[in-house]
Amino acid sequence: MTFAPLTESALSDMARQNRIDTARMFMAAGNGHFGSCYSCADIVTVLYFSLMRVDPQNPDWPDRDRFLLSKGHAAPTLYSALIRRGFFPEDWIGDYETRVGSRLMTHPSRRYQPGVDASLGALGHGLSIGLGMALAGQRDAKDYVTYVLMGDGEVNEGSVWEAAMAAAKFGLGNLVGIIDSNGLCVDGRVADIMPVGPLEDKWRAFGWQVSRVDGHDLAALQSALAPQRDRRLTQPRMIIADTVKGKGVSFMENVRSWHSDAITPAQFAQVLFELEAAP
Amino acid sequence: MIASIAAEGQRVTPAPFGHTLAKLAQTRPDIVGMTADLGKYTDLHIFAQAHPDRFYQMGMAEQLLMAAAAGMAREGFTPFVTTYAVFAARRAYDFIYMAIAEDRLNVKIACALPGLTTGYGPSHQGTDDLAIFRSIPGLVVIDPCDAVDIEQATVAAADHDGPVYMRLLRGQVPRVLDEYAGRFDIGKGRLLRDGADVIFVSTGILTMRVLEAAQALAGDRIDAGVLHLATVKPLDMDAITAALARPGRLVVVAENHAVTGGFGEAVLARAALAGTHARMRQIALPDAFLDAGALPTLHDRYGISTRAIVDKVKAWL
Repeated sequence: MTFAPLTESALSDMARQNRIDTARMFMAAGNGHFGSCYSCADIVTVLYFSLMRVDPQNPDWPDRDRFLLSKGHAAPTLYSALIRRGFFPEDWIGDYETRVGSRLMTHPSRRYQPGVDASLGALGHGLSIGLGMALAGQRDAKDYVTYVLMGDGEVNEGSVWEAAMAAAKFGLGNLVGIIDSNGLCVDGRVADIMPVGPLEDKWRAFGWQVSRVDGHDLAALQSALAPQRDRRLTQPRMIIADTVKGKGVSFMENVRSWHSDAITPAQFAQVLFELEAAP
Repeated sequence: MIASIAAEGQRVTPAPFGHTLAKLAQTRPDIVGMTADLGKYTDLHIFAQAHPDRFYQMGMAEQLLMAAAAGMAREGFTPFVTTYAVFAARRAYDFIYMAIAEDRLNVKIACALPGLTTGYGPSHQGTDDLAIFRSIPGLVVIDPCDAVDIEQATVAAADHDGPVYMRLLRGQVPRVLDEYAGRFDIGKGRLLRDGADVIFVSTGILTMRVLEAAQALAGDRIDAGVLHLATVKPLDMDAITAALARPGRLVVVAENHAVTGGFGEAVLARAALAGTHARMRQIALPDAFLDAGALPTLHDRYGISTRAIVDKVKAWL
């Protein structure tokens, strides 16, 4: 537990590394959820390399901060963070979904991956599971924080609003929700598929403390997502992160089809070129 | 007023689940109780009164109920969650399957109004829950016969390492099985009485009914035995195989559930795969949306009353 939080320029490098790792996993598999991963790569990087209290040598450490990737289809983004923090080895990247028995697959699974706090992938589950973990922390008088990262399309799920009500009722100041608001889901723009806005007003009306942040501004994310370990706090927090789907790769940014798509070797080379050439 | 399935004059125990859980929690600090606005109608209010600091009222939100219980179980607690069978099975299935069962978490789901134990109609009659929950890998599925089964199964569920679904009888619950040797064990059947002509293989409250039917049939010189399987999953195949092995007996599977996909079909399929030559018949609710009304009338109409069972068996012999 001697990990020193990264400086901002090192964080920026790590976020770039995260996108490169993700591309390598998808190249190994032949396809993947590029857009969904790249929109939240900066959020996950800030959490794991600047803010969260975790111990790679002791993945189930009772005092660790919890992280639930409720938008489970962005699993490679989480895998990269766990690899770079030392939870499992780098050579799992090339084995991503290449064979039955690969340890890394499209959605995070606690059965195969140390450091993963819950098996997720069915959207709308994470906030309620995280609420239970936060309730347990409250019962046990622990000061860990539970982070739950959701997609903005996922917020259409009714179960999200069941948890929204309950978090305020139980005074869960140790629960932090994050909405990766990239504006796109599988069939189109969230605003057309099923409008969820105004998100800030809705979460505030449900009793949450709400802030809005540029989801690719590392300094702003560090400030907005900083854990508050004061157990007297009783208001759950929701951070709405404005993001760009496919952020970091020119031909993927804001392109709906890159939610999940196959990638050619030429496209892969272009991804690496853009990411490695990035400042 | 909570309707009871007890017959007039039958011995009963009030709220066996609630009292057992409240007592158990005195020595088990990991136990918490959670409900979706049905504490009073699942007898969890007894637990809530005894341990108010360990009771979580989640409101009418069954998906939240199951997933939040999964979160607490992941942190080392043993949540007992209650609602009606219909809401757990039909509304919260995905959450039970993925959030609870995939990671084999210690969540114990106890659900009232199983099968045809309410006259409220299809919105409340859980005639499909066994079929639904049988399909979840690693989930233990229990259908208790009476208050004795419930008391023992509640303790067994708490001790079991993994998720459990238990059907619940609430309020004034009949007490039958203390007249018989043996006790509830997960995955174990109990031969409550032996018989040369007929063997009932039954679960849940139908065991109570077939015991009465066996007694009535004895008056007509028909010797009927009863194998009670309170655990629907995993099935006690040894006990079933032994029951089927005796030649010349009519085998009658009986359950408080629709004919589709429940306990009876599970036993019949396993028997067929094992190559049995026994003559087998099924007593179960029809594959239909059932009517509302008074329970005794409905039990007669749908063939799970003692009288209906006796008539059927005589016709089959």
